[in-house]
Amino acid sequence: MPTDLTLEHLCKSYPQTTGGLFPVLEDVCLHVEKGAFVTVLGGNGYGKSTLLRIISGMEQPTQGRILLNGQAVRQRLGRVGLVSQEVDLLPWRTTLDNVAFGLELRGMPQAKREHLASAYLRAFGLEKFSACYPRELSGGMRQKVAIARTLVTAPDIILMDEPFSALDYQTRTSLQCFLLQLWAKLRETIVFVTHDVEEAVFLSDYIVLLSPIPAHVVEIIPVPLARPRVRSAAATAALCRQVLEKYGSSSCVDNDEMRRAL
Amino acid sequence: MRLLRWVGLLAGLMLWQGLCSAGIVGSAMLASPAQVCAGLWELAVRGMPPEFLLHKHVLHSLLLVGTGFLGALFTGVPLGLLLGGSRSARAVLEPVFEFFRPVPPLAWIPLSVLWLGIGFKSAVFIIFLGAFFPILVNTCSGVRNVSAGCIGVAEVLGASRRDIWLKVLLPASLPSILAGVRISMGIAWMTLVAAEFTGVQQGYGLGYMIMTARDLQRLDMIMAGMAVIGLIGLAIEHCLGRIARYLLRWR
Repeated sequence: MPTDLTLEHLCKSYPQTTGGLFPVLEDVCLHVEKGAFVTVLGGNGYGKSTLLRIISGMEQPTQGRILLNGQAVRQRLGRVGLVSQEVDLLPWRTTLDNVAFGLELRGMPQAKREHLASAYLRAFGLEKFSACYPRELSGGMRQKVAIARTLVTAPDIILMDEPFSALDYQTRTSLQCFLLQLWAKLRETIVFVTHDVEEAVFLSDYIVLLSPIPAHVVEIIPVPLARPRVRSAAATAALCRQVLEKYGSSSCVDNDEMRRAL
Repeated sequence: MRLLRWVGLLAGLMLWQGLCSAGIVGSAMLASPAQVCAGLWELAVRGMPPEFLLHKHVLHSLLLVGTGFLGALFTGVPLGLLLGGSRSARAVLEPVFEFFRPVPPLAWIPLSVLWLGIGFKSAVFIIFLGAFFPILVNTCSGVRNVSAGCIGVAEVLGASRRDIWLKVLLPASLPSILAGVRISMGIAWMTLVAAEFTGVQQGYGLGYMIMTARDLQRLDMIMAGMAVIGLIGLAIEHCLGRIARYLLRWR
């Protein structure tokens, strides 16, 4: 069921060993409509992963609320799907058992969950590998399995934490297209974190630009390009440049400053 | 390659027999392979002490090792899981275990005889002590090394504490547990002879058999007994290796 997501004044800080608090998120506010594909853009160490961990329910914010369909939900584990950057398939489970894992945790009978998981594997073109263990799969296939494992449980929201960043260019672009096809069919709400401007422009309805730590939303940049998008189109490239300027200004060292320093 | 595995063994046997036949090593110091074979035959059909046949010694020792080892397995794995998974349990129990761990199992013999008497129970206790710690330590470190990613996946999918224990932590630490099991089995088997030195009421056990042969100065039977212990140890290790390879086929 597509769900809308609202983040209200999220703050997160961690206690430091030296004492005091280290703020990671500071007043993050965001509204994501039902079925929207949103990317969150920020550099490494901008608190993007922290943000997703909080939305997923693995951590609670220090302040602020998370609303699903307008209702504050504290217990989000099991309702929000998360696909992460590192391949985190359980290595002792076959492809089929990995996809069925979430259903198994929900107590679905074996025959039923395997039937459902097989259907996903077929749709993902992975049915030949259903009895394989993760070590026998390529990086791209593993990430597809991780996506299937998330989708099969029909979560309210799908969070993706740089899911393709560890893959080579060709695998990455083909998985981006694959993800868009899936989304076009399922119309799930997706929050996709990335540090790659081109990826953000190619995939999303709008881009949420984060500031460096303590992170807050700097700007929400709409991506008014028609779908299906073409990577090489002039409009795409122009938008990339435009986003890059904003993104760069919040993360790059000033050129003059660098010249002076060197 | 399969053939090569036998080359070293055969060469050793030939060297051994050669040393004995040429009279380089006196028969009071070393029995020749042929003599050991004869001794083995005598152990099997006449027994040592007479009427106490080899296969009964073997069965008795296997029972001792099996009981001590299973005891270690069924206490070591749960305790190791607890120690690995709970910081406070580790804080309380680790110093206690680290205190007892360096004490050799054999140093316990006087106490175990005092507490459990001479015989089966005492020997099982000694074997248990030898086998317990490798399983405990390996299980604990296995659990502690489970990647946060695997646990996170289960959490996000809505796993309960129980599911995380049974479906993530336990299978993820299985390689480490099995490594501990193999070390333990080796130690249990090594501790066996010493454990049987504590005295055996029923008059059975490979260690007891060797000690009796020593009293009668039957060098051939002593060495035959050692060979039997070695062969059984080899066979057990082979079986455990097979089991581990099957259980860890995903690696």
